[in-house]
Amino acid sequence: MALSRLSSRSTTLLQPLATTSLLRRRHISTDTTPITVETSLPFTSHLISPPSRAVETSSQELLSFFRDMALMRRMEIAADSLYKAKLIRGFCHLYDGQEAVAIGMEAAITKRDAIITSYRDHCTFLGRGGGLFEAFSELMGRTTGCSKGKGGSMHFYKKDASFYGGHGIVGAQAPLGCGLAFAQKYSKEEAVTFTLYGDGAANQGQLFEALNIAALWDLPAVLVCENNHYGMGTAEWRSAKSPAYFKRGDYVPGLKVDGMDALAVKQACKFAKEHALKNGPIGSNHHAFAFVFEQILEMDTYRYHGHSMSDPGSTYRTRDEISGVRQVRDPIDRVRKLIIAHDIATEKELKDMEKEVRKEVDAAESPIPEPSELFSNIYVKGFGAESFGADRKELRATLP
Amino acid sequence: MWGILGRRAVDGGFSASSLRRMRSGLVSARSYAAGSKEMTVRDALNSAIDEEMSADPKVFVMGEEVGQYQGAYKISKGLLEKYGPERVYDTPITEAGFTGIGVGAAYAGLKPVVEFMTFNFSMQAIDHIINSAAKSNYMSAGQINVPIVFRGPNGAAAGVGAQHSQCYAAWYASVPGLKVLAPYSAEDARGLLKAAIRDPDPVVFLENELLYGESFPISEEALDSSFCLPIGKAKIEREGKDVTITTFSKMVGFALKAAEKLAEEGISAEVINLRSIRPLDRATINASVRKTSRLVTVEEGFPQHGVCAEICASVVEESFSYLDAPVERIAGADVPMPYAANLERLALPQVEDIVRAAKRACFRSK
Repeated sequence: MALSRLSSRSTTLLQPLATTSLLRRRHISTDTTPITVETSLPFTSHLISPPSRAVETSSQELLSFFRDMALMRRMEIAADSLYKAKLIRGFCHLYDGQEAVAIGMEAAITKRDAIITSYRDHCTFLGRGGGLFEAFSELMGRTTGCSKGKGGSMHFYKKDASFYGGHGIVGAQAPLGCGLAFAQKYSKEEAVTFTLYGDGAANQGQLFEALNIAALWDLPAVLVCENNHYGMGTAEWRSAKSPAYFKRGDYVPGLKVDGMDALAVKQACKFAKEHALKNGPIGSNHHAFAFVFEQILEMDTYRYHGHSMSDPGSTYRTRDEISGVRQVRDPIDRVRKLIIAHDIATEKELKDMEKEVRKEVDAAESPIPEPSELFSNIYVKGFGAESFGADRKELRATLP
Repeated sequence: MWGILGRRAVDGGFSASSLRRMRSGLVSARSYAAGSKEMTVRDALNSAIDEEMSADPKVFVMGEEVGQYQGAYKISKGLLEKYGPERVYDTPITEAGFTGIGVGAAYAGLKPVVEFMTFNFSMQAIDHIINSAAKSNYMSAGQINVPIVFRGPNGAAAGVGAQHSQCYAAWYASVPGLKVLAPYSAEDARGLLKAAIRDPDPVVFLENELLYGESFPISEEALDSSFCLPIGKAKIEREGKDVTITTFSKMVGFALKAAEKLAEEGISAEVINLRSIRPLDRATINASVRKTSRLVTVEEGFPQHGVCAEICASVVEESFSYLDAPVERIAGADVPMPYAANLERLALPQVEDIVRAAKRACFRSK
């Protein structure tokens, strides 16, 4: 996969340091010696004691954060160009700025834990182990895409890594995610579902309905509000009476997290997963103690692009605001500074890594789907029913 | 009347001979003046809402991004600046909630114009459209009427995938108590939206995103602020004698192109722009079929239980002995909308599909 290819190249970038250096140089990418880093901001909590600000990480992890986020960033920027070149059609919602949420979450969970998200799903797909080639193929409607070109930007899936998409209807993924958690509990899987939604979706009734049921039935669901402060063109204060999304679960504990800090995200997700899997206090009588397995994690994050490629993103926020966040809170820069401060790699080595990532991100030629794909995967079992093209006497198919 | 000359050919102009043929088919001809005004569908809708808001203080606009953002598709551009936040409301992304609120406001006598960013999102609110709006006048024996308009883009756009491409005409038009309109040209857009806003009953107003930017010639009459088109009347866009083609919205343009192609092969097609899906103008459709004895119905939505199916049933019921050929249906493919461009093209009716079906109805081989 693109990322493993990258790591083998990076060892050749590292030259042995001159012995005049007083600090002993650590090797890039293989060192798993624990380093402890404090999150930039404390956690704010609701109905629960927050986790510690001291996060355990390692050189290997920090470097993989850097590489993976740089890859995600480049992919989104390349998608911007491809959209403007009309190679990507329809809607295209980009995630650049929010990479730390996808990366931090992956670091805290396994591929048996499920993730479900909205249409802003390219980087989440990559985080789950999806390939760059499959992603770009899908964006361009090719048969080598992760949904064979039939889904498009908003409908990436990777079931073998428990990634359930990729949903176009705002808020719909909330009950769906609780349903995944239901199945995990039903099948006694010792796994958790992370359901991501935005500040725009946070007001959807179905979210509260699903949360209520999840809390009643003790489902291992963690709801993650990716608060990028704008629901398309509407700022959070114009759409929510209470934009304290981590508190909106009422009886459900919540945590507010600096979503631009990958380590804070990792810590919060680890904390939430442990909480969701824990047995209740004193045996199985949960109801008497109002112990709630769910949590709402509010990730304070930011998207540099507009809502989608059809939205310039600057009619409802100032360019100063956007560049301000980029200068002060950019997630990749934060990890870059950490890496340099801990002497894990030099500035030049990191820049070289970014150049390698740029090269990874180029779109290969691949075929468009066969016309017969029009009729495939409508059902699992079609019972021999007929389906039709626009002219039913000209084009029809029997569904197997 | 203006409709035939009113449709600006996107792929070039009308040939002189085709213009002559069309004008001879007009009920009351007006010459195609070089200085005639044109208007995009977008501007037509915007001006219609503007004028109705100006005329009646009970009319207000509600929806996502309709105010400060100027409308996701710019249909409500300038309205917030002109009428203020008491008449133009930006809502959170919560269709069930704000639709219910709109219907409640209509119960109390206000006249909401509720925008769905696309009608796909109306599914989140469909209980309110049907159970709270459509049925109320009946259930209350006339005490509570619901003068609300639900409007927004409907059907396929370009490459927006399965969850954003569905046509809801058949679903809404099957519900008694609702009125369902589908404009094609700028004149349709103005006249039908003004009629919808003035109407005392709930109206589902199905626009089309790809038509918003299209320009159509528009008459002085249609530009007048009192202009209104009747609800429940279809329009004969092009007269013909060999085969009747019925359709609505974007497909009207396709049907007119198909009629051009058929004319080159000596088949004279009559194109009916339904304008109103409910009430359906069965009289005009049947009168046409009794004249031509052949029917091709066209729609963009899914075929099963569609608008075309209802039209076919009506014609078979009312005009069976006039039919010289089986009725033909051209509709969207019976599949969720694929994203890939080549598959999307296969999933939607194309001009050649309409031509082929019309020739079949005339027992002409390909």
